[in-house]
Amino acid sequence: MELLKKLAEANAPSGSEENVRKIISEEAGKYADDITVDTLGNLIVRKKGPGKRIMLTAHMDEPGVIATVIDDKGFVYFSPLGSVKPGALHGSKMVFLDGSIGIAASKAEKYEKTSDLYIDPLKKNTVSLGDSAVFATCFEVCGSIISGKAISSRAGCYILLQTLKSIQSSNNDLYFVFTVQHLLGSRGAGIAASRINPGYAISIGAAPCDDVPGGAKLPLKIGEGPSVKIMDNTIICHPVIKRRIIEAAKAENIKIQYEISEKEGSDSGAIHLRGAGAVSGAISIPIRYYNTAFEIADLYDVNGAAAILKKIIAEGI
Amino acid sequence: MLKTLSEAFGASGAEQEVRDYIKNAVESICDDVYTDNMGNLICFKKGKLKGGRSIMLSAHMDEVGFIISGINEKGYLNFKTIGGIDPRVVIAKRVLIGKNKIRGVIGDKPPHLTDKNNNAALKTEELFIDIGAKNKQEAGEYVSIGDYACFDSKFIQFGNGLVKGKALDNRIGCYILTELAKNNYPHDIFYVFTVQEEVGCRGAQTAAYKIKPDISIVVEGTTCSDVPKTDETGFSTRLRGGPALSIVDRTSYSDKELRNALYKAAIGNNIKIQYKQTTLGGNDAGAIQLSEAGVKTAVISVPCRYIHSPSSVASLEDISACREVLHNFLISEDKEKWSF
Repeated sequence: MELLKKLAEANAPSGSEENVRKIISEEAGKYADDITVDTLGNLIVRKKGPGKRIMLTAHMDEPGVIATVIDDKGFVYFSPLGSVKPGALHGSKMVFLDGSIGIAASKAEKYEKTSDLYIDPLKKNTVSLGDSAVFATCFEVCGSIISGKAISSRAGCYILLQTLKSIQSSNNDLYFVFTVQHLLGSRGAGIAASRINPGYAISIGAAPCDDVPGGAKLPLKIGEGPSVKIMDNTIICHPVIKRRIIEAAKAENIKIQYEISEKEGSDSGAIHLRGAGAVSGAISIPIRYYNTAFEIADLYDVNGAAAILKKIIAEGI
Repeated sequence: MLKTLSEAFGASGAEQEVRDYIKNAVESICDDVYTDNMGNLICFKKGKLKGGRSIMLSAHMDEVGFIISGINEKGYLNFKTIGGIDPRVVIAKRVLIGKNKIRGVIGDKPPHLTDKNNNAALKTEELFIDIGAKNKQEAGEYVSIGDYACFDSKFIQFGNGLVKGKALDNRIGCYILTELAKNNYPHDIFYVFTVQEEVGCRGAQTAAYKIKPDISIVVEGTTCSDVPKTDETGFSTRLRGGPALSIVDRTSYSDKELRNALYKAAIGNNIKIQYKQTTLGGNDAGAIQLSEAGVKTAVISVPCRYIHSPSSVASLEDISACREVLHNFLISEDKEKWSF
């Protein structure tokens, strides 16, 4: 839990994933045969084995904003990095990568456009154009419920690290890839796949979930198990991966759900069309209040996904 | 030279005239010049340094334009736009059509006869091109379906160091690259003049795949809205503010070290430079950055007011500043700051 807290509280908007990459490099170091950082900043952790080349991914980046204009009074105007809704930003405490704090507010009564929003930095003249900021939220645990910012990204990193640590020796050639710029269109995952050229790929991501008052347009619920991705806007998942996830869940006695998303894209989508293509699929953690300062998830789903992934890796695809 | 480039005909997919002109200018000064399957012009110039890096400098040759999609009974032409053209800018503009550059005017119903309360957004489907033909048969003698059309606009200098013309996005970039190719630099340089940027950065994709450079810098014309009715947060760039470095846009996130190296190449030599202050739009950098296992990229642009119109406006000062910044960057033998 300490590790998940540490990951979730690290600040890493798309394009500036250094803080999370550092934590993961340190954690993975002892367990890896080889660690590299590529052109865009993906962290590639290899666990060698004689068999199939399998790529496992989770993204490091979280939603944030980037300063585009600073007015003469020191107010900062910005663009979103990832799909951050204006309503989620208004009234939020934001933290820049140098640790300085600002409050996001809207000059319009309705929070419809990002261009109506600005950040009021507590200390003026410390922010430069191109500096990015994320939600400043602490990680909370209450029974099996966790809440905080960036859970939709760091839960996946945590699951990959838990899986890596569980491996004694691998029959397969495993690449644990912690990707960058997922929220800008799964850019990191694509170039990593070109470098690795995997036969198989499983991505751990997150799926928005609205099992709340006024919601229920989406079928997922938190605490009902990790979800097997069937399809999204960028991929129709390969039947072999879907089947292996379902089999592993059954063997480990873990509840699962199914995710069909029309809007979201995924690392698996970017991976499966690179080079000659990879057999690709994904597991998602259901998340309430997706891409906000206060995401909520259930540890049952997180730990369940880790158990499924460990089982698949131990037995092979 | 910029005048010739600006006035050359080169809608996306029909870049030949621009390509021929550039090819002629660089052929004798580069080590290898060829055109790839997509139509990109790739010009290689070997560096003086042993074990130097390879740098891909890229500028797109194509401009926004039109394609003729039909000829009606009365001899008017239907058309579709190629690339992002705002229907508001096209009415009553002159165009040149096809290889023979037939003159035409884009027409609409006169304002007197238009319902003044009708504020519905204008659509290009409702507009037509008038080439002065009497009927369908006569129009067919001059124009075929599938012919390209471009704005017809003279390149002129005006005011205090400004120029006006069509296609400044991105003949300015082509001009700057052609000028730089005259020099010798320490590293291997690929001067790449790409096709089909305006329809989705297609040429850059195949060029980057082929070249596999260590780093890439895209030279562009970009939005500039330092005009009335825009508040400062929407300016994007300022004319006469020097070239603009992109931080992030819809297609790429510039490599921070490379971006800073370009910034230093300006500031260290007392050249004006600015950051592009919006994150909209996209360009070849997106396709190049995500090519294969990834390429570190940055984007430097010359501000253009009224971009994608027949009367784009740019500053000669910004154009030469952009060339100087790139020159100062390229003469450096430094390799370290490009590695992660």
